[in-house]
Amino acid sequence: MPSTKGYRLHYTLGEYLLDLVQNSIEADAQLISLEIVEEQSTTGGTTIRVVLQDDGKGMDRDVLARVLDPFYTDGVKHPGRSVGLGLPFLKQMVESVDGTFHIESVPAEGTRLEFSFPGGHVDAPPKDGITDSLQRLFCFDGDYELHVVRRRFDSGYILQRSELKDVLGDLETVGSQSLLAEYISSQEESLDTQ
Amino acid sequence: MAKMTLEDLRKLRETKRQDMDMRSPDNKDVDIIVSMGTSGIAAGAKDTLKAFVEELEKRGLTNVAVRQVGGMGLDHAEPTVEVRMDDMPQVIYGSVTPEVARTIVRRHIVGKKLVNKHIYDRPSADIVADTKRGE
Repeated sequence: MPSTKGYRLHYTLGEYLLDLVQNSIEADAQLISLEIVEEQSTTGGTTIRVVLQDDGKGMDRDVLARVLDPFYTDGVKHPGRSVGLGLPFLKQMVESVDGTFHIESVPAEGTRLEFSFPGGHVDAPPKDGITDSLQRLFCFDGDYELHVVRRRFDSGYILQRSELKDVLGDLETVGSQSLLAEYISSQEESLDTQ
Repeated sequence: MAKMTLEDLRKLRETKRQDMDMRSPDNKDVDIIVSMGTSGIAAGAKDTLKAFVEELEKRGLTNVAVRQVGGMGLDHAEPTVEVRMDDMPQVIYGSVTPEVARTIVRRHIVGKKLVNKHIYDRPSADIVADTKRGE
C-alpha cells in the first residue's frame, strides 16, 4: 500500500480558502472579495460564514453542476493545474458538519459562493494557520485585486491587495512576505476573543 | 503585539530596506516557485512555503523571490518546488517538507550543491501538452 504519511485532503479553513481564491484568479477575475465572519449563533455557539465573490468569467448552469462533481474534469478548467477538487471538497465538508453551501454564477459576470457552518462541530475544519493562509491569498502571480473583510463578533479588519502592494513594494520577495505575515498576524490577534 | 496600521507597516519596511541595502546581499536572482494547486495544498505546500520564507529571512536572504503557482503536473510528488538561480541547473524538487525546504536553502541556495534525494524531472511531454492545452 502506498504510504499516506503526511498526506490528507484539505484540513483547515485556510486551505479551502486558498483553493477557492485560486479558482477566481484562474477565472480571470480582476476583483475578488472575500468575507470571513465569525458570529454568535442562535444556539449559543459560533457560526463561521464565508462569502467569496469575483468578477471572473463565471459558469453556465451545466458547468456549475459539473464542477461540484469530483469525478468531472475537462482538463481545461484549470489552466496550469491538472486537477480541480476544491469545490467538491468544500461542499462535502460543509454538508458533513450541518452547514450551508450556496453557489451562483453568471457567465461573463462572475461567481458568488457562500457557505457557513457551526464552528464548534466536532468535524468542522479548524481555523489553525489562518494567518498563513490569508497571507498566501495575496501572493499569487498576477494583477488581481483582492479585498478581505475579516470579522469576529464586534471586531474586524480589512485587507486590500493594491494597498499592501503599494506599501510593501512587491509581494514576492522574502522581505515583503515576512512583513506581510507580521502585519496580518497583528490584525488577527486584535480580534475579540469572545 | 499591538494592531499595526498601514503606516506602521510602511515605516517598518523602510527600516528593513535600509538594513538590507547596508548588507547588500547578492541574492536578487534566486527564484523559488512552489506548486500550490489542490494537491499541493493537500500535501502541505503552505507549511513548505512558510519554512522557505522563515529560513531565508533568518539568513538575511530577503531579496529572494518566493512565488506560488498552480500544479506542475507532478501531483504524486507534492509539495513540489522549482529553484532557479545563476550558476546552478534549474531543478524541480519533490516531497519538499518544511525540513527539506530548510535543507534546500542551506545546501542548494547557500551552498550551491544539489539535494539529490529530492530531485524530480519534469513530467513527460504528453502530460505537459495536456496541461498546456488549457492555457
